[in-house]
Amino acid sequence: MKQFGLWTVLAVVGMVIAGGLVSYVWLPQVQYEGQGLLAAWCSAFGVPGNWAKESAPPAGRIPSDVILSHDLMGEAHPSDVARGATLAASCAGCHGPTGGAGGNAPRLAGQYATVVYKQLRDFKSGMRSSAIMSAMTSTLADADMRAIALYYASLRRPAAAESAGPEPAIVKWGAPMRNIPPCGACHGDIEHTMASPWLKGEPEAYLRGELTAFASDTRHNDINAQMRAVARSMSADEISQAAAYYSGARR
Amino acid sequence: MYNARRLVLAHLSLAFAAFALALLLGEWQMLVRSPLHAWIDNADYYYRSVTAHGTVMGYVFPTLVAMGFGYAISVSTLQRDLIGTRFAWLGFWLLAIGTALAAVTVAAGRASVLYTFYPPLVGNALYYIGVVLVVVGSWIWVALMSVNLAAWRKDNPGQKVPFAMFANVAGAYLWAWTAIGAAVEILFQILPVALGFKSTVDAGLARVLFSWTLHAIVYFWLVPAYLAYYTILPRAIGSKLYSDTMARVAFALFLAFAMPIGIHHLFDDPMVGSGVKVMHAIFTAMVAVPTFITVFTISASVELAARQRGGRGVLGWLKALPWENPAMLAAGFSFAMLGLGGAGGLINMSYQLDSTVHNTQWITGHFHLIFAGAIVIMYFVIAYDLWPQLTGRALGALSLIRAQLWLWFVGMLIMTLPWHVVGLLGMPRRMAYYDYSHPAIAPDAWLVIASVIGGALLVVSGLLFIYVLASSFRAKPVPVEPYRLSAALHESRLVPRALNGFGVWAGLMIALTVVNYGFPIWQLLQIRTTSVPAVYVGGRQ
Repeated sequence: MKQFGLWTVLAVVGMVIAGGLVSYVWLPQVQYEGQGLLAAWCSAFGVPGNWAKESAPPAGRIPSDVILSHDLMGEAHPSDVARGATLAASCAGCHGPTGGAGGNAPRLAGQYATVVYKQLRDFKSGMRSSAIMSAMTSTLADADMRAIALYYASLRRPAAAESAGPEPAIVKWGAPMRNIPPCGACHGDIEHTMASPWLKGEPEAYLRGELTAFASDTRHNDINAQMRAVARSMSADEISQAAAYYSGARR
Repeated sequence: MYNARRLVLAHLSLAFAAFALALLLGEWQMLVRSPLHAWIDNADYYYRSVTAHGTVMGYVFPTLVAMGFGYAISVSTLQRDLIGTRFAWLGFWLLAIGTALAAVTVAAGRASVLYTFYPPLVGNALYYIGVVLVVVGSWIWVALMSVNLAAWRKDNPGQKVPFAMFANVAGAYLWAWTAIGAAVEILFQILPVALGFKSTVDAGLARVLFSWTLHAIVYFWLVPAYLAYYTILPRAIGSKLYSDTMARVAFALFLAFAMPIGIHHLFDDPMVGSGVKVMHAIFTAMVAVPTFITVFTISASVELAARQRGGRGVLGWLKALPWENPAMLAAGFSFAMLGLGGAGGLINMSYQLDSTVHNTQWITGHFHLIFAGAIVIMYFVIAYDLWPQLTGRALGALSLIRAQLWLWFVGMLIMTLPWHVVGLLGMPRRMAYYDYSHPAIAPDAWLVIASVIGGALLVVSGLLFIYVLASSFRAKPVPVEPYRLSAALHESRLVPRALNGFGVWAGLMIALTVVNYGFPIWQLLQIRTTSVPAVYVGGRQ
């Protein structure tokens, strides 16, 4: 009993050695038979091995070349907004003189800057296709697209667009069993994730058209295919309900 | 209670007030995601509630109980005034302010990150600052326990440290070391992002650091409950502690083995090597040793009383135990829940079996059975035992206290056993919505309803508990005898030197942490490409 501490320490040291032999020598060898001792040890210690090479992005079509990060828009300068306003004169024909739209083109007033910027870049690079927008963006420089995005973000959202009828179930709750989250979980009503647009007040035909395009994979510039996954799982009825709700149209 | 009476009363009062509020939140969560309630309009309310419930029940409540009980043990076993009461009050107020700060931030929807933080989720900085204040407040307690023991030692050279104080300080040191993981995670990984200095988080490293805290914190929660087994129960039933030495061994081993096991929470995480996980699984099994020492020692201690009361036979003596005594009743319930929860724990700690239950409702069932069941029911015993000391008034009817304990035990089983079952059926935890009309989930519905009913019993029990404590303020004052903890059957003057101090055990704790955590942390620090963009919670672009 006098040497209680010493014996305990020795027992623990023995445990560490025995446990280490099992964890780092015996089991890895059994598990990775044939792949070489080095691969087995790397796996046991958590050191990246061959898998790092395998995880390179798959070749072929990529959804977008915009890398979303929280410094995407960089430092905004007050003159950017003014320059954006000048550049946006050529957008006014469809999107309205102050981005309030009118026809079936999306309203841009008060839209998140990252959203407008990313879509402009995707139109320009061809990741999102549109006969009109591809041509409109072909001459824009990166700084122009930033300025236009900051300009539209600086405008007030149309007040009327904020009020709509009671939320349909697909908007309010999504559909948990089909892995559809509530729209607002990304689009700003509950929580906002980057590059997800503010939807309230957008034209019904535009929203229905885009959801259908995502569902059929004709639009595919959502980086993790999240909108395609959601839209594919939505019924035609749910797409109509969501589009009607967000456009503010009452049924 | 010497000069610590008001201090202990303040800690326990705040602890149980916070507990009662968080208890109501817990039941609300269960109700709104059960078939009894329509889906809530905004899932974030659910996650705010989960965050608040977890933060209070995981950090605030057990910390305050450990601190309050710790101060009571310090003064009553060392039989002297507490040194540093001003600092103790400072610690208390840091905890109170930190809790309020975190609670307000969560309620405002700015930090629905759950109490496990889950980087790359990042909430408002005030939430994390609140949690840090709670931890800093508790570190003051750690320092005071150490200082008070040192001062006593200086005046009593070579004397045996009273067991309760030995175990209390062991718990304090364990907490000091284990809290470092989450503290480092918050200070170096999360807060810089929450404050806007950075926009990426090394989520893998952050999770490894959190696991440093996440498992050993369970033993910090456990220490007051085990102390109640060893020091309150035998005295309350007129028995003696069977072995003072084995009691010390149990706490010493908790100190050594609580730390190098946390990665069993990361069995399904890819950034830690499989060998490291096996190593942690092996060491997790070692925790069975101090647990069984405790089970055997406490069983022997109560058997002494039963035999004196005429108990006979191999198991017949169980009938002779004074079950009408609330401490005995609670300890019996606690052991039953510890046994069930421990059996489930064997599955969680097995590297292979864990993948079938990982992140399912099984896990929620497991830790509620152990913590909210086996541990919290002993917190009730601590409160009932200390309350007359603190208020100078007797508690109300014993029958009310027994009813409260029965309700807690029955309610906990009715709540957690169905959780285990639905977890095995694949129900994920921490979900605001379940579609019970779906044929795959419909069979879970009655089990979920049962657990809501179990939760309702817990609410009744919790409120009854508060009522018993609160109503005692209106009772007649009674003379207060000095607070006593259990005496040992053989009160030897000497213990092995290693069991009278913490050098060996704290040394083992640190060395084993380095052995089992050193490499994974060093290696994750080396990899520069593992940071991911933060996901801001609460509407920040």
